Amino acid sequence: MSIVWISTLSLGVIGAISAIILYLVAQKFKVNEDPRNGQIVAVLPGANCGGCGYPGCGGFAAACVKAKSLDGMLCPVGGAPVMAKIADILGMAPAEVTPKVAVVRCNGTYANRKRTSHYDGAASCAIEASLYCGETGCPYGCLGYGDCESACQFGAIRISRETGLPEVNEDLCTACGACVKACPKGLIELRNKGPKSHRMFVCCVNKDKGAVARKACTAACIGCGKCAKECAFEAITVVNNVAYIDFQKCRLCRKCEAVCPTGAIHSVNFPPRKPVEAAPAETKPVETQA
Amino acid sequence: MLKTFRIGGVHPPENKLSAGQAIITAELPKQAVVMLSQHIGAPAQAVVAKGDKVKVGTLLAQAGGFVSANIHSPVSGTVAKIDTAVDAAGFQRPAIYIDVEGDEWEESIDRSDTLVKECTLDAKAIINCIKESGIVGMGGATFPCHVKLSPPPGMKASVLIINGVECEPYLTSDHQLMMEKGAEILVGVEILRKAISVDRAVIGIENNKPDAIRHMRQLAEEYPAIEICPLKVKYPQGGEKQLIDAIIRRQVPSGALPIATGAVVQNVGTAFAIYEAVQKHKPLVERIVTVTGKSVAKPSNLRVRIGTPISQLIEMCGGMPQDTEKVISGGPMMGKAVVSTDMATTKGCSGILLIPSLESRRKEMQPCIRCAKCVSGCPMGLAPNLLMNLSSHQNWDGCEEERVMDCIECGSCSFTCPAHRPLLDYIRQGKAKVGAIIRNRNANK
Repeated sequence: MSIVWISTLSLGVIGAISAIILYLVAQKFKVNEDPRNGQIVAVLPGANCGGCGYPGCGGFAAACVKAKSLDGMLCPVGGAPVMAKIADILGMAPAEVTPKVAVVRCNGTYANRKRTSHYDGAASCAIEASLYCGETGCPYGCLGYGDCESACQFGAIRISRETGLPEVNEDLCTACGACVKACPKGLIELRNKGPKSHRMFVCCVNKDKGAVARKACTAACIGCGKCAKECAFEAITVVNNVAYIDFQKCRLCRKCEAVCPTGAIHSVNFPPRKPVEAAPAETKPVETQA
Repeated sequence: MLKTFRIGGVHPPENKLSAGQAIITAELPKQAVVMLSQHIGAPAQAVVAKGDKVKVGTLLAQAGGFVSANIHSPVSGTVAKIDTAVDAAGFQRPAIYIDVEGDEWEESIDRSDTLVKECTLDAKAIINCIKESGIVGMGGATFPCHVKLSPPPGMKASVLIINGVECEPYLTSDHQLMMEKGAEILVGVEILRKAISVDRAVIGIENNKPDAIRHMRQLAEEYPAIEICPLKVKYPQGGEKQLIDAIIRRQVPSGALPIATGAVVQNVGTAFAIYEAVQKHKPLVERIVTVTGKSVAKPSNLRVRIGTPISQLIEMCGGMPQDTEKVISGGPMMGKAVVSTDMATTKGCSGILLIPSLESRRKEMQPCIRCAKCVSGCPMGLAPNLLMNLSSHQNWDGCEEERVMDCIECGSCSFTCPAHRPLLDYIRQGKAKVGAIIRNRNANK
């Protein structure tokens, strides 16, 4: 019987000593975490997409708690409502949020760009880009193997079968920027969503001279500069044979679109201007209508 | 027992269709397109303007840095424009267009065939002459030659290795050059030996060219410092690191330059170009190009002026066969498919290979069965299957740990894979990313 007592007692003593050591160690190495950290993580969407620029939602929460103001801090997935909740938790004023959306600046559809070679290597844009210019004569345009599609966690960007180009679903797009990083050609840009989702942009990044660019793709920007002359707000610059519309300055007057000889300037989500014109929805396969 | 390198290697079918074909001089093009970036390193800067009259050998563009090379006019005529032209990969790159008028050479160039053996220049003057003549590695890598001959401080060359291996299937340009210009090559080797002051030179030739081995041995009898070393046939023996291992049994440490083993490696084509530059004052304006392929009517070895469109070379060899689906600049293992036959010949273009449609497509990729053929085939002792996995998961740190930067892109892994996996594509991607990461890290130090 004494064996039972001895073993119970000795195990009990070992247990007690271990408990004391554990307690002391826990006290010594205690991490003082701000309780607001946990609260913020709870209101964040938990996508861990990294679109905020921090490693996951936990990292963003810690950065918010440390930050003195919420200026420049944005969870692109949650947007304004989530930022308002975080501001509540931290007792700070919520930063102004301009919603953004991914925009693909290439209109080299199957119809606009001739295929000049056949690529049968690994189905990845990054690998194709490291080998050569791509299947068309345009060395700047979309390769169509969908690195952006596989990078998107929200199913917001898909390669269209009809055009061979990525289409952005702006309801699903959170502007996390994963596709921007994934595109080896640097075609995708995060632009202001605009009032009522009205947007203007140059749908081409081809830096070749006009004639060369036009030969490769009928919808290429040829850098003629007509749009820049037409623009009354100095929103358009032409650098390296390609025009760019600054979305901060653009007033969405759509005059540039009308003068563009190749149709490289696209307007999105505007109501049709005149019933006579061809339906604009068909000329902009890059963006789906909301 | 024939020598060869000790790790890995594969045996692709040789297909040396143009072997033994005497070198034919290609016709001059109507317009030559001289690319300003024909070498590894900074592009050259044009020193001529539109409308300038140039002769063969006139300097067109000056080297744009230490690792860069001068470019000389391959034809005589008028500079039509300085614009862009499509390179092999389909990108627009700066180029000089010259309308050809006659064939007038710079007066300083000795065009006779007489063999000049005596070289009175000292080492510094030789290297300077090589630099001025715009000579680059003629095996295909196009690394500026003078850079390799100026070892970094503290390094000293002890042996000169001349690469007459030509391990790429199909190509025969070096082989034919050795057969026809062997004596000149040996003088070139002596000049190179003087330039880096070593007293031993070894010419490595694979055993599938017994005539070249015999011929060069006979010629080398009068040069006690030059040795001919027959090598067992195995791809990629012509790789710099593999050739050093095969001939002097030393391995280049990971991340180090080949000079760390005391060896300087140059191609036979380079040795010939150096002979012409130093003894005949002729800059690098032409090279030997093998035009070949299973359906090509007359597979040939051509002496081609730089800047000749490759379509013209194909015409010379019987025209483009109907079943051609892929045109490769270089050999089938390391060459690159070109996007257009309008592309101009460059200093590094050792061959034009026309692949018929039956052989041009890749086979469908199957799952990896862990057979490790790629591992035993890799001449750098890497694990290509692992590197492909790491690269496809974008694990760049893992790629770096597994020595992705050691890959020489020889393609043995993709060649040997029974599941047709695009191993090299992914490894090359990993190399590009890891290379950028390393450069960034060094810049921030």
